[in-house]
Amino acid sequence: MPGWIRGSGMIEKKNSMTAVTAQPKVATLIQDELDTPPLTLGQLTWRRFRRHKMALIGGIVLIFLFFYAFGGSLFASEKYANFNDTSISMQQPSVAHPFGTDAIGRDILARTIYGGQISLIIGLFAVMIETFFGILVGALAGYYGGVLDNILMRITEAMLNIPEIFLLIVMAKFFSGKIPDLEITGRTFSGSVVVIVVIIGATSWMYLARIVRAEFLSLKENDFVLAARATGTSNAEIIFRHILPNSFAPIVVTATLGVANAILAEAYISFLGLGVQPPTATWGNMLDGANNYLDTAPWLWFFPALLILLTVLSINFLGDGLRDALDPRSRAS
Amino acid sequence: MSRYILRRFLQGIPLLFVISLILFMLMMNMGDPIATMGGRSIVRPEERARLTRQLGLDKPIYVQYIYWLIGNDWTKVDLNGDGIAETPGTRHGILRGDFGTSLVNRGESVVQVIGDRLPNTLLLMVASEIVVLLGALLVGIYSALRQYSALDNILTAILFVGYSMPIFFVALLSMYIFSVLFKRWGLPYLPTVGMFDPPVGDTVGQVLLHMILPVLTMSLVSFASYSRYIRSTMLEVMSQDYIRTARAKGLPRTTIVYIHALKNAALPIVTVIGLDLPFLLGGAVVTERIFAWPGTGRLFLDYLGRGDVPVVMGILMIIAVAVVVFQIITDIVYAWLDPRIRYD
Amino acid sequence: MTALLEVNGLRTRFHTPEGMVYAVNGISFHVDEGETLAVVGESGCGKSVSMLSVLQLIMVPPGEISGGVALYRGQDLLKKTDNEMEAIRGKEISMIFQDPMTSLNPVLTIGRQIIESLRKHIGMDQKTAEHRAVELLDLVGISDGLRHLDDYPHQFSGGMRQRVMIAMSLACNPSLLIADEPTTALDVTIQAQIVELITKIRQQVGMAVIWITHDLGVVAGIADRVIVMYAGFIVEEAGVDAMYENPRHPYTSALLNALPRVDQRRGERLKSIAGAPPSLLVEPSGCPFVRRCEYAIERCKIENPPLTLVEPAHTIACWVDIRTGVPR
Repeated sequence: MPGWIRGSGMIEKKNSMTAVTAQPKVATLIQDELDTPPLTLGQLTWRRFRRHKMALIGGIVLIFLFFYAFGGSLFASEKYANFNDTSISMQQPSVAHPFGTDAIGRDILARTIYGGQISLIIGLFAVMIETFFGILVGALAGYYGGVLDNILMRITEAMLNIPEIFLLIVMAKFFSGKIPDLEITGRTFSGSVVVIVVIIGATSWMYLARIVRAEFLSLKENDFVLAARATGTSNAEIIFRHILPNSFAPIVVTATLGVANAILAEAYISFLGLGVQPPTATWGNMLDGANNYLDTAPWLWFFPALLILLTVLSINFLGDGLRDALDPRSRAS
Repeated sequence: MSRYILRRFLQGIPLLFVISLILFMLMMNMGDPIATMGGRSIVRPEERARLTRQLGLDKPIYVQYIYWLIGNDWTKVDLNGDGIAETPGTRHGILRGDFGTSLVNRGESVVQVIGDRLPNTLLLMVASEIVVLLGALLVGIYSALRQYSALDNILTAILFVGYSMPIFFVALLSMYIFSVLFKRWGLPYLPTVGMFDPPVGDTVGQVLLHMILPVLTMSLVSFASYSRYIRSTMLEVMSQDYIRTARAKGLPRTTIVYIHALKNAALPIVTVIGLDLPFLLGGAVVTERIFAWPGTGRLFLDYLGRGDVPVVMGILMIIAVAVVVFQIITDIVYAWLDPRIRYD
Repeated sequence: MTALLEVNGLRTRFHTPEGMVYAVNGISFHVDEGETLAVVGESGCGKSVSMLSVLQLIMVPPGEISGGVALYRGQDLLKKTDNEMEAIRGKEISMIFQDPMTSLNPVLTIGRQIIESLRKHIGMDQKTAEHRAVELLDLVGISDGLRHLDDYPHQFSGGMRQRVMIAMSLACNPSLLIADEPTTALDVTIQAQIVELITKIRQQVGMAVIWITHDLGVVAGIADRVIVMYAGFIVEEAGVDAMYENPRHPYTSALLNALPRVDQRRGERLKSIAGAPPSLLVEPSGCPFVRRCEYAIERCKIENPPLTLVEPAHTIACWVDIRTGVPR
């Protein structure tokens, strides 16, 4: 999983020769005219975002995928998704079952709908956890520096050096079977969903921590921090109300790309059989064991894999676009 | 320069200690070693007690960690349960290369168990890395020479998709196309299981043939992200002032790209190679599972499932050490390549 | 006598996400053999872009040379292919740039960077090229050149790096040297040294120089002729003495007035030019200086004045005679 590549994008510097200026009143003979009216930051951001058409397409596809996963439950009940009838197992895509049926006769289309819900939820919640911890560690390390910074960074580095997937596998094995199933709004979720969310969050916060720390290191030298301290603002307030909002941009971009990473991580680990346990479906665990039926039933893996690809692809597009829109220094063609 | 090398190595040591601590704590909760050793048979209480003492499981955690690290052959173990330690320990500790004995393969040292499988994984990884680097360099240089050309744009788009693909998708897709479909269409098709066909035997040709799909799988995603990175690095370098100077001197395009630009772009690229090792290793796990390749990734999954703590710990520790050492080497190579650091 | 370099109607623009940037809007000038032409103007007026365009060093895209000719010894440089230009650059026409820190390749030795020109353009072998490189370094005031050939740019100070750049540019005896603000990034004392150096070399070798700068003090010291640029146009062209004694364009005159003077009364405010240059995003119409000009009349808003001769070898682009305030 190329997590670290999230930080780099296509950076092509342009030879920009613009000289946009406002015109004050000068000679009385000549009327004052503004060549180009000034834009607000929001307008500038939207403009740049809009120019990045791929990002827009990514956003649209994502919205479509959300509707597919969550809106789809209006058309097929969860009971139906879990309903297995071995007499119709392993059927090719047909009108009755547009994506075919799986090894124990469940309709794949319905399972991708409900699987999508879980996959997307896992992605979002895992990112929330990793964003929380990433910001916490990064802010504390960057702001206070010294020994605290050293300790936190050693831990961060140590965890970065252990490949994520190994950590995930070990932690998944450790927690398996320990969390009971959940009942929310009348539906049963396997406890393994919570496990997966927690362990993905616990193994991905390091990237954000490093970025946030770097932001804090540079921002805390600014005059506005000095001014805040001089007026007696508490450290917590400085961190959360002064510095943090200024590092908004890289956090948003990292979090967005992090959703893609989380969905992939869930897919990898479910594929290895250690993730979310059936009957709860996710796109990842639908792929488990698919290579046994590679030649006989490609539809078993094709649709969930395609959905994962589409999701990750559109998030990457979106993330790229956000990065260009929010970071004024980097430009892409 | 030599001070820099020394410093980097010294920095790596505390890092490795922290890693070992984290891994140790993780593994302590991994399962019941006694049950694993006993296999399916129920272990009698006296046996269990003896094994507990032998494995040092009755000692506090920090003592267990120390034994794991530097062994217990310098102290005595109480084997017969009478409260007096009388038998010298036999473990040397990982710092002296003793990772313990496998619980599943009774009697075999962990080093041996891992050592049997490690070369297979290394084969895949080295091959993938070579494919990735060569391919990505070609792409990056092509982009620098022919920016904005139609092929460049198509390439960029393909790379973006490739970089977003999950490894198993690449694996399954390539298996389906090159194995199933090719077979169906009567074309020569690629094997998808193991390192060689048992009837034919363990020949170089067989291994190479069986390597194609796994290497393709492992390298595709990395290739895509490396290419993107090298491309953007090259483009950034090409927009630097000194390239403008080189053009103003009338130097030919090839000289400018291959010497002036590439030498500068090599620096961040070297850094990136260093960072990539963890991901290559992770990819190996999934790839080996799919293609039934007998390597350490599969070993890890299998033995984790069977609760063989020493082997799993051994693999994790070896990986961590490899990653840290590799990064140190990368940093040193970088420092050596950049004259600003080398001649300081 | 035909000029060494004659540029007519050069237009360069850039396609940017914000729109089209009209950087150079039809300029014409010439340089004769052995003379020093200064190009003066504020940042963004197009002086660098014009010279880069002449050598086709603009990045295309997003840049585009949309019009004009640049005749070097009668051949139009703008019509040449990149390969053909390789024979001109560094050999017939050399260019040095503003920031010696970023303009030298940090991972190659300076010896290598000097020698590669010699080997490419003149075909010298390594030994001969090394000799010549040491000679060049000596010429620019870096003694013990042989030892320095294996040094890297970061081991030199700013002034010395600029000297290395100059040595590189002189390697193949070009007829024309284009110096793009070579002293702007340097200390004042070093500036003086570099100016002196180039003057000396110029005299020795008989090379023509185009010196781009926004520093009027430097211009006075080295130029034979001066062109003043504003917003992509040339607004005045004159011999150096004529320009300083008798500036005829409102912009030039304002620039000279803005220079702090030794004999100014204490407490007297420095005169600046109110306003700011026009946006290059807008296609120019009318005189570009109109909004900041004391002498502007209605016609200035509508029609861009062409360059016209007001005295021998002195042209300006203005509708008004600033000596009297009366339209010409």
